[in-house]
Amino acid sequence: MPYQQKLVTVAGYTVLLLTAAIFLFVAAQAWPFFREQVDLSFFTGDRWLPVSSPPTFQIKGFLVSSFMITTMAVVLGCPIGILSAVSLAELLPRHVSVLLRSVFEMTAGIPSVVWGFLGLTVIAPFVARVFNLNTGLTGFSAGLVLSVMVLPTLVSLADEALRAVPREYAEASYALGTTRWQTIWRVIVPAARGGLVAAVLLAMGRAIGETMTVLMVAGGRLTTPGSIFEPMRPITALIAAEVTNAARHSEQYHALFAAGLVLFTITLAVNAIAAAVIGGKKEAG
Amino acid sequence: MKKLLLLVLTLAVVLAAVGCQPEKTVIDINGSDTMVNMGAALAEEFMKTNRNIEVVVSGGGSGTGIAALIDGKTDIAQSSRDIRESERTKAQARGTLHEIVVAWDGLAIAVHPSNPVKELTMAELAAIYKGELTNWNQVGGNNASIVLLSRDTTSGTHVFFKDFVLDEAEFAPATMMMPSTEAIVQELAQNTNAIGYIGLGYVRPAVAVLGLKADEASKAVVASVEAVLNHTYGLARPLFFYIIGEVKGDLKTFLDFVVSANGQKIVRDLGFVPIN
Repeated sequence: MPYQQKLVTVAGYTVLLLTAAIFLFVAAQAWPFFREQVDLSFFTGDRWLPVSSPPTFQIKGFLVSSFMITTMAVVLGCPIGILSAVSLAELLPRHVSVLLRSVFEMTAGIPSVVWGFLGLTVIAPFVARVFNLNTGLTGFSAGLVLSVMVLPTLVSLADEALRAVPREYAEASYALGTTRWQTIWRVIVPAARGGLVAAVLLAMGRAIGETMTVLMVAGGRLTTPGSIFEPMRPITALIAAEVTNAARHSEQYHALFAAGLVLFTITLAVNAIAAAVIGGKKEAG
Repeated sequence: MKKLLLLVLTLAVVLAAVGCQPEKTVIDINGSDTMVNMGAALAEEFMKTNRNIEVVVSGGGSGTGIAALIDGKTDIAQSSRDIRESERTKAQARGTLHEIVVAWDGLAIAVHPSNPVKELTMAELAAIYKGELTNWNQVGGNNASIVLLSRDTTSGTHVFFKDFVLDEAEFAPATMMMPSTEAIVQELAQNTNAIGYIGLGYVRPAVAVLGLKADEASKAVVASVEAVLNHTYGLARPLFFYIIGEVKGDLKTFLDFVVSANGQKIVRDLGFVPIN
C-alpha cells in the first residue's frame, strides 16, 4: 500500500478511535457514581438537588423533557422538511432550487445561541399569549424553535435521498402514462424511503443534542413535566448549566457525567439506527 | 504587490512592538456572575496604573469559581456565598485559604411593574419559594398562580437564598432555574405573574422591586445601597474573594487596590455596597 493510502486509512480509524476514547472517558468519569448508586432511582426519581446536604441526583425529569422536546421538534419539523425537500428535488425550477439550497445551508450556520435569544424574546412571549400560559418559557416554545433548527439537516439529507433515485424510475413511470404528482408520491418518494428515514433520524439526533437553545428557552424546571406546555429542562441543558460548578471528582461531577453517559448512549443508538437504515438501503439497491 | 508589501511590513512592526513589551504577570479571577461586572471594572481601573499586571475576569457562578480555585485553575475565586465545609476542606488540602470581604450586595425581590403586590414579609417570601403559597391572592394580589424564578444551582445567589431565606429547605419543585440573572430580569419584564431575586446592580425600570418586612409589625424596606449600608434591609450578603496560598507580590497589590477608597468607589458606582 502506498504511504498516502496508509495515511488516509489511519485518519479514518482515528475518528473511530476518538469516538471510542470519548465514550470510555465519559464512562470512566460516570463509573464512581454508578458504583455508589445501588438502585435505579437515578433513572426513576424526580429530585435533582445538587447543593443540598445530602445531595440527590435523579434524572427522570430531564429524560422526559428531552423526549418531549425532541418528539415535538421532529413531529413538527418532518412534514415541513420532507415537503420542502420534495419541492426542491422535483417541483421547483432548477435555478430556484439551487438558490434555496444555499439558503437552507446558510440557516444551518446560525449559532444556536442566536436561536435561543430569538426564542426567549419573540417565541416565548408569543406562545404564552396564544395558549394563555403563565409563562412562555416551556417545552413547547423550545420544541417550536428546535423544529426550525433541524430543518437544514432534514432538508439537505432528504433532498439528497430524493435526487439519488435513478432517473429511469421516473421515466419508466411517465412511460406508463402517470402524472407528475403520481410519479413523485408513488415512485420517487417510496424509492427514497430509506434515505428519508435516515434523514429524520439524524435530525432527531440533532434535536436531542441541542443544548444552548433549550437551556435558554425551555424554562428550567427541574422536575418531570406533566405536559409540553410546562417549563422543563432537557438533559443537555442540565449538563451545560451545572458542569462548571462541579469540582472535579465531587459527587455532582460524577452524577453529571452519568447523565452525559445516558445522553451519549441515546444519541449513539439513534445514529446507529440511522446508519443501519442507510446501509440496509444500499444493500437492497 | 505594493499593498501586500505594506501590509506585511505593518504586521511585522506591530508584532515586533507586541513582542518587545515586558513580560506581564497574569492574575486570573473566576466565579460569581453577580460579581463579574464589578471584578471587570476593578481590573480595568487597576490595569491603568499597573501596566505590567494583567487581570483576567470571568464568570460562571460562585460554585464554578470555587471549583476552579480548588482545581488550581484560577488565582482568585469570586463568590457571593460562604465557602461550604466540603469545599473548605478540599481547598485547605492545597494551602492556606484566605477569605476577603470585598463588598456587600443587597438582594432585591422583583416582580412585573403591573403587579399590585408591593411588599412581602420574609415569612411570605420563604413560603412562596417553598411552594406553600402558590397564588398571588394569598398575599393580597391578583388571582393568578405565582411563577417562581430562581438562579441555577451554580449560582452563589441561589445558595445564599436557599440558606438565608428558605433556611436550607428545598426550592418548590415548580421553580424555574434560569441560566443568568439577565434571563430572570428578561422574564420578569414580560411576565405579569413572575417573581425573582436579583442583585441590586441588576435592578432596572422594567421591573418593580418589592419592599421586605422582617415580620407583619415592622416597616417595609425597599432594597437600596443606603438601606444595606445602614443595616435596615434584611436581605444583604457579603461578597468574597477566596485565595489559596500566600498573598504577596502582584496579587497583594491588586487586593490592596480593591479595598482602597478608589476600589470601593468603583464598587459603589456599580450598584454594590462598599465595605466601610
